Amino acid sequence: MNNRLSLSQAFVFLLRRDLLVALRNRAEYAMPILFFVLVITLFPLAIGPVPELLSRIAPGIVWVAALLAAMLSLDSIFRSDFDDGSLEQILLSPHPVAVLVLAKVCAHWLVTGLPLLIAAPLLGQMLGMPQQALPTLLLTILIATPVLSLIGAIGVALTVGLRKGGIILSLLVLPLYVPVLIFAASAVDNAAAGFDVSAQLTMLLAFLFLSLSLSPWATAAALRMSAS
Amino acid sequence: MFLWFHKFGSPPHFYRIAGKWIPWLSGLFLVLVTAGLFGGLIAAPPDYQQGDSYRIMFVHVPSAWMSMLVYVAMAVCGIIIMVWRMKLAEIVLISSAPIGASFTFLALVTGSLWGKPMWGTYWVWDARLTSELILLFLYLGIIGLHNAIEDKRVAARAVAILAIVGAVNVPIIHFSVEWWNTLHQGPTVTKFDKPSIYWSMLLPLLLMALSFQVYYVLALFQQCRAELLRRERNSKWVEEL
Repeated sequence: MNNRLSLSQAFVFLLRRDLLVALRNRAEYAMPILFFVLVITLFPLAIGPVPELLSRIAPGIVWVAALLAAMLSLDSIFRSDFDDGSLEQILLSPHPVAVLVLAKVCAHWLVTGLPLLIAAPLLGQMLGMPQQALPTLLLTILIATPVLSLIGAIGVALTVGLRKGGIILSLLVLPLYVPVLIFAASAVDNAAAGFDVSAQLTMLLAFLFLSLSLSPWATAAALRMSAS
Repeated sequence: MFLWFHKFGSPPHFYRIAGKWIPWLSGLFLVLVTAGLFGGLIAAPPDYQQGDSYRIMFVHVPSAWMSMLVYVAMAVCGIIIMVWRMKLAEIVLISSAPIGASFTFLALVTGSLWGKPMWGTYWVWDARLTSELILLFLYLGIIGLHNAIEDKRVAARAVAILAIVGAVNVPIIHFSVEWWNTLHQGPTVTKFDKPSIYWSMLLPLLLMALSFQVYYVLALFQQCRAELLRRERNSKWVEEL
């Protein structure tokens, strides 16, 4: 076979394909970000429009909303591929599945994680988050949302074959998100108070590299299980 | 060694061996738990600060230890499943989950019962309490996933992956919760000087821990036997029973 794709070509190909699919289904992929905005809007309505209170809890609110939005969008990583059978083609390909999984997770993050970068500062402003916390907020979103996608991919891969995977998925994934939530929210919190945040950011980076190196293998194993 | 391993892994063999062990284990458990409870509830002196209410620790601490030990056992089973596809490990893994969840629940309940007279509240967002609660969610996730997948052999592999992923995460979760707790210095009721433990309290504690371990094996064997029968109900050796 002369026209066999090399590994990096396959990676780029899959990435481009997923991005294209997302581009064609714009409305569907805009949902998580809309959900993110909506959840955050609910908090002032429930707690009351007290500026001091809102600016105090803004980092926590933004991060909990980001977590929920990430979880809501997870299902789209493998669902449609599982339904139309392209997932099996991916599993049958001669390339290591873990790398191809990584391409899909990358695409998913570019589509659902990255838009949070644009929405979050806006919502931070609306909640009265102090100015000096905004760069840290962006940094934590940049570093930590890929971790959410990577860990979430394992959960989706485990539940993709189930008819009612949604509830189970949240039960599986949310406990694993706890460390990310703790460090990201605390980083923004500290930045708002004017403290140093390098410790939290370093930990988040460590989580990123750890999940980047381990999660694709677990996801690939789980996909093989789900597709069998 | 390998022959033994292989033999022990065969369902009918395990069924028979476990059946023979159960009365002995029950006896051992009864002896240990009686000795431990006697030592803890009657023989040990009341604490100079906490009075008698510290005695709940003789149940609380062993169950908290067991909640972690069982999870480790499940992760080991998970690795065995992924590497050797051993049927028995699948059954041990899934039979352990409800037992481990019960130990975790017991640790949480006894902890909050102890907290009411000591800290003045049933629940504080203390690092250990919080990570124990998350551990309970992990157990429930495993049980939920296993129930959701109909083909039990597939379910076992899914649960194995989840147990391994969870085992990698448990130390991270525990450590980050601890870090979170030292940062959010909440109500400082959780602070109290831990007196170094006296042997008259330590001995019953260790006895209780040992008896809980025996109980785990006992409950595990019974659960496994039931699960084995359920899975292998169409096979020849079950019909011969």
